[in-house]
Amino acid sequence: MLEMREVSKVYRTETVETHALRGFSLKVDEGEFVAVTGPSGSGKTTFLTIAGLLEDFTRGEYLLDHVNVHGMNDNQRSRLRNEKIGFVFQAFNLIPDLNVLDNVEVPLHYRHMSGGERRKRALAALERVGLSARLKHYPAELSGGQQQRVAIARALAGGPRLLLADEPTGNLDTAMARGVMELIEEIHREGATIIMVTHDPELAARAQRNVHIVDGMATGVSEEPRFHPGLRERTAGDVSLPRS
Amino acid sequence: MGAYYLRLALRALRNSPVLTALMVLALAVGIGASMTMLTVLHVLSGDPLPGRSAHLYYPQVDPRPLARGSNGNPEPPGLLTYIDAENLLHQGKATRAAVMYQGGDVVQPPAGSALHPFVVNSRLTGRDFFSMFEVPFHYGAPWSAADDAGAAHVAVISRSLDRKLFGGADSVGRMLGFGGHSFRIVGVLAHWRPVPRFYDLNASRFGQIEDVFIPFNTARALNLGVNGTTNCYGQTTGNLDTSPCGYIQMWVQLDSRRAAAAYRRFLADYSAQQHAAGRFQRQPNVRLDDLMQWLAYNHVVPEDVRMQAWLALGFLLVCVVNTVGLLLAKFLRRSGEIGVRRALGASRRAIFAQLLIEAGMIGAAGALLGLLLTWLGLWAVRQQPSDYASLAHLQPAMLVATLALALLASLVAGLLPAWRACLIAPALQLKSS
Repeated sequence: MLEMREVSKVYRTETVETHALRGFSLKVDEGEFVAVTGPSGSGKTTFLTIAGLLEDFTRGEYLLDHVNVHGMNDNQRSRLRNEKIGFVFQAFNLIPDLNVLDNVEVPLHYRHMSGGERRKRALAALERVGLSARLKHYPAELSGGQQQRVAIARALAGGPRLLLADEPTGNLDTAMARGVMELIEEIHREGATIIMVTHDPELAARAQRNVHIVDGMATGVSEEPRFHPGLRERTAGDVSLPRS
Repeated sequence: MGAYYLRLALRALRNSPVLTALMVLALAVGIGASMTMLTVLHVLSGDPLPGRSAHLYYPQVDPRPLARGSNGNPEPPGLLTYIDAENLLHQGKATRAAVMYQGGDVVQPPAGSALHPFVVNSRLTGRDFFSMFEVPFHYGAPWSAADDAGAAHVAVISRSLDRKLFGGADSVGRMLGFGGHSFRIVGVLAHWRPVPRFYDLNASRFGQIEDVFIPFNTARALNLGVNGTTNCYGQTTGNLDTSPCGYIQMWVQLDSRRAAAAYRRFLADYSAQQHAAGRFQRQPNVRLDDLMQWLAYNHVVPEDVRMQAWLALGFLLVCVVNTVGLLLAKFLRRSGEIGVRRALGASRRAIFAQLLIEAGMIGAAGALLGLLLTWLGLWAVRQQPSDYASLAHLQPAMLVATLALALLASLVAGLLPAWRACLIAPALQLKSS
């Protein structure tokens, strides 16, 4: 699903050169749930933004769903991002002016989908996260846990092949975090490929595989990849929630 | 996507009503000020005879003595003497030609009328005046060539005079008492108000046309006086027609550039001939401007109007720059949202289009308010005492131009902010949030 080979990312200013990733390599198979851990500033988020095509890398090779993303222009990257990747952020990043339904529909607009199809997918995704009764609510009217569920619904609405989660429970209290984590695990069990960046060893332990990053390099992999039952034989296809 | 962007733009504008109002107001004030002055400029600098102006020429020769004006304007005077006008009229080869001057006298109302005698301006000219300038007739027609040659007592009157004297009825064939003489009315003009009143720039440049038109030869035979500018270059004899005094305008119709060049040579040859005969002291000094050149040469558009138009455009620029600043602040304040949209699949182009549509909506609102301010501005111009004030009305072309300018200004104002906003690095925004 995702393969990075010797990927480096260097941020340059006039006086400073910062190596956020150094020869980082990682392969994530279809249906895996991988936790990426590491101390602050180790390069976890940089990895996630490169994986999510939000940022270009300096050197190396990156294949997303067998497509080499090197040299793609902004339009191609945006399209790939829209069709194959779902994001869940620590700060939820819902658009405050839009209600729940409109927030979930946002990525679908950029896919030039008909209004009816958009609505159908958004409703299905919201039902999936248990928020179909909150369609007209605005983010400020929801709890943190509910906001993150909306963000997850938004990430799932487009039927992505890869879900990238950046500290998805970082802004939630314990009870809410548990609920969100259970939802993510459930989504994984249904077949989604998930990469989750986290500080929390407990959360990381719930993933199938841990990748530890220090100083921009992967320093260890906790265990062999394991797939949940029924997915090992699958190599491609519809492994996540509704998709285009 | 267009409808989606429109909805987003409306929502974004509603979310910051004060900032939106400031931007709309800034654009509207700039648009209002510039369109008011551009409308005035447009009205004053327009072509009074579109399609014909390129074929109408104003000939000038220079009969001034050497001593006079040697330190002044080297260009030939704008008015012809009677002798030169007669010579040019009869010797020159033009498709049409008319000499003319402005008079004025008392109109004697018809018998039985409740009106008292009143003074009107007259234009004393040849019949070609009407065909050359395509003057529309409501009743009747111009007088004949025979009337011109025979100095017949005939007249054409304006529609307003016809209304005043005859209640607007067909007065062709009726008699007009004017300047103590009687004239048979042969035609009544329809409404005609060339802007500017190009054929005689010595009188009111933007005023109404004259009320009475009488053949030039008739006017000279009856010695109808001049009610306009007269420039004498030497000793007068008491008779205007034999004195070295310019008081006559002349227009000729020349249908091709070749004809114009030939006529210019004719003017030079004529001046050389007059110089050789000792009548002209100066070497041939002639001009032959077409209508629009003649208007430019005479600075028909007042300098203050041009200056005000430039100032207003400068003001619009200031307003646009202000709007750029406000839009920049507005768009960059939404960096977080833009980052999220980028993460969810919006390309830079999509973000750029979304924000530009938002700027365009501000422009549309600015256009409507600017239109209202333009209307108010023109109303204010009409309250001024200048002779062009009454012409300051919003015309359809300028209305369209107002809307287009507002939209253009807002889009130009939106370009930089939208470009800056679409370059926002989503990763940075999402990390920082």
